[in-house]
Amino acid sequence: MAASDVKSHSYDVVVIGAGGAGLRAAIEASAQKAKVALVCKSLLGKAHTVMAEGGAAAALGNVMSEDNWRVHFRDTMRGGKMHNNWRMAQIHAQEAPDRINELEAWGALFDRTPDGKINQRPFGGHTYSRLAHVGDRTGLEMIRVLQDKGVHSGIDVHMECTIVKLFVVGGKIAGALGYFRETGRFVLFKTGAIVIATGGIGKAWQITSNSWEYTGDGHALAYEAGAELIDMEFVQFHPTGMVWPPSVRGILVTEGVRGEGGVLKNSKGERFMFRYMPDMFKGDFAETEAESDAWVKGDRKKNRRPPELLTRDVVAKAITKEIAEGRGSPHGGVFLDIASKQSPDYIKKKLPSMYHQFKELAQVDITKDPMEIGPTTHYMMGGVKVDAETQESTVPGLYAAGEVGGGMHGANRLGGNSLSDLLVFGRRAGQYAAGKRGAPAAIPDAEVEQTMREALAPFERNGENPFAVQSALQAVMQRNAGIIRDKGGLETALAELEKLKTRAQKVGITGSREYNPGWHTAIDLRSLLVVSEATARAALERTESRGGHTRSDYPDSDDKQAREQIVIKKEGDRMGVRRETQPPIPADLLALIKESV
Amino acid sequence: MTLFRVFRGTREGGELKEYQVAAGEGMVVLDAVHAIQAEQAPDLAVRWNCKAGKCGSCSAEINGKPKLMCMTRMSDYAPDETITVTPMKAFPVIKDLVTDVSWNYEVNKRIPAFQPRKPDAPDGTWRMYQYEIERPQEFRKCIECFLCQDVCHVLRAHDKHEQFMGPAMLVRAALYEMHPLDEADRRDHLRHEGGIGFCNITKCCTEVCPESITITDNAIIPLKERVVDANYDPLAALWRKLTG
Repeated sequence: MAASDVKSHSYDVVVIGAGGAGLRAAIEASAQKAKVALVCKSLLGKAHTVMAEGGAAAALGNVMSEDNWRVHFRDTMRGGKMHNNWRMAQIHAQEAPDRINELEAWGALFDRTPDGKINQRPFGGHTYSRLAHVGDRTGLEMIRVLQDKGVHSGIDVHMECTIVKLFVVGGKIAGALGYFRETGRFVLFKTGAIVIATGGIGKAWQITSNSWEYTGDGHALAYEAGAELIDMEFVQFHPTGMVWPPSVRGILVTEGVRGEGGVLKNSKGERFMFRYMPDMFKGDFAETEAESDAWVKGDRKKNRRPPELLTRDVVAKAITKEIAEGRGSPHGGVFLDIASKQSPDYIKKKLPSMYHQFKELAQVDITKDPMEIGPTTHYMMGGVKVDAETQESTVPGLYAAGEVGGGMHGANRLGGNSLSDLLVFGRRAGQYAAGKRGAPAAIPDAEVEQTMREALAPFERNGENPFAVQSALQAVMQRNAGIIRDKGGLETALAELEKLKTRAQKVGITGSREYNPGWHTAIDLRSLLVVSEATARAALERTESRGGHTRSDYPDSDDKQAREQIVIKKEGDRMGVRRETQPPIPADLLALIKESV
Repeated sequence: MTLFRVFRGTREGGELKEYQVAAGEGMVVLDAVHAIQAEQAPDLAVRWNCKAGKCGSCSAEINGKPKLMCMTRMSDYAPDETITVTPMKAFPVIKDLVTDVSWNYEVNKRIPAFQPRKPDAPDGTWRMYQYEIERPQEFRKCIECFLCQDVCHVLRAHDKHEQFMGPAMLVRAALYEMHPLDEADRRDHLRHEGGIGFCNITKCCTEVCPESITITDNAIIPLKERVVDANYDPLAALWRKLTG
């Protein structure tokens, strides 16, 4: 196929991904009078943001007036185990309240306080009640508001379009090639500014809360374009995913259940989280069940938070240990009980979709019985290395925002900090990308043709089913690069991934190019292999345990590595790995982090 | 083993093909479709995302009933029952179970946008109370699965896509119409372009809504009342009465 036969479009800014970050970036770029395309792999409004449940963290101080950006910054840095890009954490904490209020101006209907302001709920790792929310469907609210704002902003939306390559000409972004799922036809976007907002990589594991889309496309596209990836060892395993029945294993159970008073128990009925208090958080959490219950009942000035609201990395590891030591539930999880702490009406009002989800999919009434839950792959802290102010990557003209961006969350993300991250950094990426406008360099036809040939190659082969290779990859990552890792396992993962690369190059497709999921999976496999290898290599390199990265052979955190970042960059045909020390945290901010509240 | 009959085809036509699937505990219809895809027909086209009833992607007709495949358990059917899965009927087929729902996005784009009143507080924020927002919050539960559009006879049987926006988009309009901060007036749009008069309140939409939104009673009927009020001119009515 000749490049001249491919339909092409010219834009000032092309945003890849239409979740919260992508939509917010597109809206901002459009507000700056740029001609904007929004390209998404699914239909508009189906991105992963729609599944976010608990809320968006912003120090509005509506419920607890003591809150402010400094406390939010401190919580974020401590939650990230001091590994965060401090400037991103600061910008995020400072700008999140404006971004939330702005959503209200665009039609968002957050739950209210009695005096008519946006209500805020408590969440893991946040000192004060901080999450603006709508029951347990905050993400749906956010995506609809942004979607409707977006469609009235003159943005061109290209739905069900998968980008397969970014073109860099003369060291700068020049465009991207994609294909429409419906027809299988290619499309070329010519642009000097691309914002990647493609989310995470959770589909590289078997047990995951992530959908089919989460194959790390943005990470891989940026990597192939020469951008640097950081923190790829830091994967968040959410403590509470469904475990039974098998078909729903991994589906998310919101942290909001614990925010609303839900408690974790093992098979002996013991509230085990009291036994897992890390030194960093000693004194910040309730020490007895009585204190914890009083806090749940609303007496939050005199009592401290329940230990179930420790950060996700801590809770996930505690659950894993309880199960490993034989105190798990019948289907290999532990119990999450809200029925004994709140009334049925309250549960249905505050957690309606959890009520519905368990009732319909597991035939469990959560107002009467405990849920069975266990850790599930949830979120990628690592991603494209970006400038904190502009979100520009190390490739000029290439921006990244949201989950695909790295640095903001350090070694562990706090619940609620993702929805606000999408808004804060989505807006910044859109703003700076729009400022980059100008005619891009021409993309050589040969590069476009080469990319198309590679994408279509599976049709020419009578090879293995791509779904089989994908599921083998997920098994490797689950077994060897999951919650608890060690040198031997990670080396095995890398060796297995090498074999899978060969298998992926031989997969074959039957049928036509029109809406062919086998073909789509064959293409997604290329991204999955890049991000899986990056995760395994970074995890092998980091010889300590910190946040979402736990090594059984290096169980302790090593202060010397706290501010060291593992940087992944393509070097010819191999994946380069190096260490880089992050800039020091300024003294005034460091004092904030250390200060007790 | 359960016997599945799945529509395979394109805009030009197609047929039901049979597949045997081993039923596992707790399996939903979408799991079975995925099993067919992974093992027997990798090119079987289906949309899905969240697999938890939150995104509204996997709409189809199961034994003729519009449903989300991810929320329909195989145990809802007798073990020896054949499960037939076909694409939504009210929209053109793209391939297999995937339909062209782009019309809905076009209709939504034309609904007059949200227009808030001036902020209530000097800091640019508003005050709203929970009781004021319960109703529009109900409409915001819409996951855009378009099952209500699929079941609506005005669209499904009479093909009035050009003249009637359908229940899902009436819910969207109702959300903004009943939003406490909104000042836009959508009544003219609803009456003319939206064709609200086509709805004759059979409530089929309410019955299929997987989010249990009371579409007819809470959204459409109040909107119809607003439209009628706007178009009722008492002086003209009196004049007609007097002059016969």
